[in-house]
Amino acid sequence: MSTLLSIAGVSKHFGGFTALSNVNLDVAQGERLGLIGPNGSGKTTLINCVSGALKNDAGSITFKNENLNGLAPHQRTRRGIARSFQIPRPFHSMTPVENLAVPLEYVTYRGVAHKHDIKGEAEAILRDMGLGDKMHAACAGLSQVELRKLELARAMAARPALLISDEAMAGLSHAEVDEVLAILFKLSGTGITIIMIEHIMHAIMRFSERVVCLDAGELIAEGVPTDIVKNPDVQRAYLGA
Amino acid sequence: MSGKMSSMGGNNRIFVGGCIAVVLAAIALMTGVRTDYVFNASYVVLQFIVLASAWNILGGYAGYVNFGTSAFFAMGGYTALFMIKMFNAPLLVQIIAAACCTGVLGLGIGLISLRLRGIFFSIATVAVAIVLETVILNTDYFGGAKGLQMMRPEPIAPFTSYDTMLFFVMVLMAISAVAISRYIEQSWIGRGLRAIKDNEEAAECVGVPTLKLKLIATVVSGALMGAAGAPLVMYMRFIEPVSAFSLNYSVSALAMPIIGGTSSWIGPVIGALLLGSVQQIVTVTISSELNVLIVGVLLVFFVVVAPDGILGLVRKLRTKNSAKGDAKGGAQ
Repeated sequence: MSTLLSIAGVSKHFGGFTALSNVNLDVAQGERLGLIGPNGSGKTTLINCVSGALKNDAGSITFKNENLNGLAPHQRTRRGIARSFQIPRPFHSMTPVENLAVPLEYVTYRGVAHKHDIKGEAEAILRDMGLGDKMHAACAGLSQVELRKLELARAMAARPALLISDEAMAGLSHAEVDEVLAILFKLSGTGITIIMIEHIMHAIMRFSERVVCLDAGELIAEGVPTDIVKNPDVQRAYLGA
Repeated sequence: MSGKMSSMGGNNRIFVGGCIAVVLAAIALMTGVRTDYVFNASYVVLQFIVLASAWNILGGYAGYVNFGTSAFFAMGGYTALFMIKMFNAPLLVQIIAAACCTGVLGLGIGLISLRLRGIFFSIATVAVAIVLETVILNTDYFGGAKGLQMMRPEPIAPFTSYDTMLFFVMVLMAISAVAISRYIEQSWIGRGLRAIKDNEEAAECVGVPTLKLKLIATVVSGALMGAAGAPLVMYMRFIEPVSAFSLNYSVSALAMPIIGGTSSWIGPVIGALLLGSVQQIVTVTISSELNVLIVGVLLVFFVVVAPDGILGLVRKLRTKNSAKGDAKGGAQ
């Protein structure tokens, strides 16, 4: 499988604090990658560097053989990187359909002269995500799991090649975790590469083809899920053994 | 969205029809009324329609609250003064030059928004106004603190007086400002600005070029404010820094959209018509000082009772009524 995303020697400092230190990671086209690590280990910082919200101090991030350094987040989204946020950030003055219309207009149908049925497409994506009955509701009335689904739906509206799901299941019940997992599996089935950051280990174990573990800004382990949970470094740093 | 598109086409026809009706009404007023006061008072109200619509492009649509309207307005006036002194430029050239200069100032304010958001951005806009006022106060060329008196040239035919000419220019400027504000709201720019207002990081991550849109908003907003200030010199026949940089412009330009409703182009128009007219009536009938108090009281009242302005109130009433109607229909 060809490499879609390549993170090479990436470092990030906040003043004297090292958030990421020489991180190297390749993600293959179509892969389901789990990213784990204790709180403060640099998972979200790494994702912020990939999505462009933060600038990496050193190293390079290559996506589809193009160096992303210096590109703004919206330019990276247009190249095929989409993300969901740990704490949902819906456009609260808009309905879910209007939320999805933003990436549809700015990314998917950007520069397309003839008119598309943006509303129809937004509705189709929301229906697919199980939000069919809330399409025109106010965002303020959505439950936590619905907000997480909206985050994923909005990210998907940009038709990404790579989806980064940042703790989309935190705080959800078992049944809700299964619902979100089913959505992620379905998306993966369409050929989208997915990086899943998660603390819920059974979700990571079920979903990931490969798991990487970060600790104090360094990549300490990498392998298939069954090996990762047995890795002594991971057990010491994250699993609390 | 095709249904929406066709209704927007219908709305566009209504809007253009409304604009033509306003121009015809203005012409009728100019031929029928001989009192200059009517034109002077209308000029001020129209000027506030431009300022409020311009403020709303940045403050209402994008959520970046500008407290420095007076800086743009006064800079427009002083650019016009410069054009008169240097080139004896006609009014149209003064307005274009003012819009260009304040558009550039808007670009600067837009770049500030790269680093400052929320209240910090607002404080920076106040600082820009203070810096500019200080510069003008200390520049003899612009008359310094004493100000400068200017002679009005002859009005251009078919206008019989300079007051009616300025009035008509301001009618056209108000229509243009409202049309631009309406276009921005209903276009891709407005939808992007709304996303920025809701959550800037999320907007950027779903492909909205936030910096570009903010710069469009600050430049257009600034240029319109400057254009509104350009005829000030000839309107007052005099310009001096304290009144040109008056906080009253900044507060009114902000209060009018908040009172009318910031979510749509019509909000600032309603607010400016309402507040501007009340200010004019109070100035003439009670006192010119009291009108400032009225702005403050109305602003506090609306922020507490109807934070989404008159538009928000109307929307709330409509939803309530339709919910009542649905309940009745359901009961039957």
